[in-house]
Amino acid sequence: MIKAPEFDNTVNLDGLLDTMYQAIHKKIQDFNQDDVVMVGIHTGGFWIAEKLYQRLGLSSPLGSLNISFYRDDFTKIGLHPEVKPSNLPTGLDDKHIILVDDVLFTGRTVRAALNEIFDYGRPASVTLAVLLDRGERELPIYAEIVGQEVSLKAGQEIKLTGPEPLKLVQNEC
Amino acid sequence: MTPKNIQLDEQGRLKHFLSIEGFKRQHLVNILDAAEPFANVHEQAVKKVPLLRGKTIVNLFFEASTRTRTTFELAATRLSADVLNININTSATSKGESLLDMLHNLEAMHCDMFIVRHNQSGAAHLIAQHVSPHISVINAGDGCHSHPSQAMLDMFTIRRHKKEFANLKVVIVGDILHSRVARSQIHALTTLGVSEVRVVGPKTLIPTQIESLGVHVYHDLQAALIDADVVIMLRLQKERMQGALLPSENEYYHQYGLTEKKLKLAKPDAIVMHPGPINRGVEIASSIADGPQSVILEQVTNGIAIRMAVMSQTLGHSHERVISKETTQNTGGRA
Repeated sequence: MIKAPEFDNTVNLDGLLDTMYQAIHKKIQDFNQDDVVMVGIHTGGFWIAEKLYQRLGLSSPLGSLNISFYRDDFTKIGLHPEVKPSNLPTGLDDKHIILVDDVLFTGRTVRAALNEIFDYGRPASVTLAVLLDRGERELPIYAEIVGQEVSLKAGQEIKLTGPEPLKLVQNEC
Repeated sequence: MTPKNIQLDEQGRLKHFLSIEGFKRQHLVNILDAAEPFANVHEQAVKKVPLLRGKTIVNLFFEASTRTRTTFELAATRLSADVLNININTSATSKGESLLDMLHNLEAMHCDMFIVRHNQSGAAHLIAQHVSPHISVINAGDGCHSHPSQAMLDMFTIRRHKKEFANLKVVIVGDILHSRVARSQIHALTTLGVSEVRVVGPKTLIPTQIESLGVHVYHDLQAALIDADVVIMLRLQKERMQGALLPSENEYYHQYGLTEKKLKLAKPDAIVMHPGPINRGVEIASSIADGPQSVILEQVTNGIAIRMAVMSQTLGHSHERVISKETTQNTGGRA
């Protein structure tokens, strides 16, 4: 397997967003536009989704998903006191969901997000779109739409800050 | 209060929920904030979140209850926990088994939480002192002492209508003497910084020295209602009354019952609350209980969200081990 390029600060955020936009635009051509629902995962994923949503001009409102209640490490780390409610359009049945997150890593966040989505309804399909895919998956989760694949050095972390300006920052632990 | 608050664990996180006393403002605000997203769970097609999946919660009600028991049960099931309702009247305590023996038997069945209502003040504290370290205890009302989850759902309801606590005038009317709800409300309101709490009732139903809790005592309802933002009516607790504390129910209604005429003395946007069950025509006029200023049924609904918040905060972490930092890595603390 070819290793993804190492992450550095020269990553062009607008370029990645454009790559995502093009891919999503192409993807949803096959769908009835009214059936496409974009959902961003709180918080970074939602910021990315906001940018994409504006450009795509989708008819249904943008959804936000807070997966705190669906995390698999709840009994270890407890509940964050300031969990913001999820806000999903009612009736996800038969919709095509574009699920957006900032960084795809272990896949556990997406696992939780899928569980939550299915508690709201039975979508026709879910497509995962992420800004960065840093690999090292622990679950069989796959992003069809990726801004860029990156690999991180041991101890290196990346984080999206925002919403304005939206910025990728890295910190060495 | 003993120096160590048994309601908190070594890391200062919620372990038991027994009374409002001993909590700082931030603890209460955390519970209110945590309840907000739970208030939306009923909008999901599947009205459940998996937070407490695999946990077993025991409802131990030694005293009658409809609202509190059912909303605790609903809250637990919406968190995906399993609930056991022990019917005390048909349980072995009626055969002479002691309370603590019964608890140890339930512990042997690997339960995770006890929700306790008892007619003796301090019952929930006693149980919390004797359970194994992994078990959480929630007080669902003990004697005339405390009913903290009711107070918190009332605070949640007030915050949803009034946004800020600081400048509110809150009036609590009726049988303060026997009311664990009133005691918990007073502690919660003053801890959250409400500027003026007034308690109103006949001299026989107001505890002596209640001013030491930071409230103003009134015996005239009309004087107390002036400019009020929140009016909390209490039930006349006939079952707890011994001796002649009141002349008659009619006389009580005449003096302390909330009627439309009296309510006009409060602010026009004042809300009327009641922990239930209500005695129509004894402490509150039907037209008010069902009227536009009444938030009595909202209180019931909010009770579910608050109880979900309290349960998930008490059971949300393993209290026996220190959490390593690795679990919070990745973006925004998610993994």
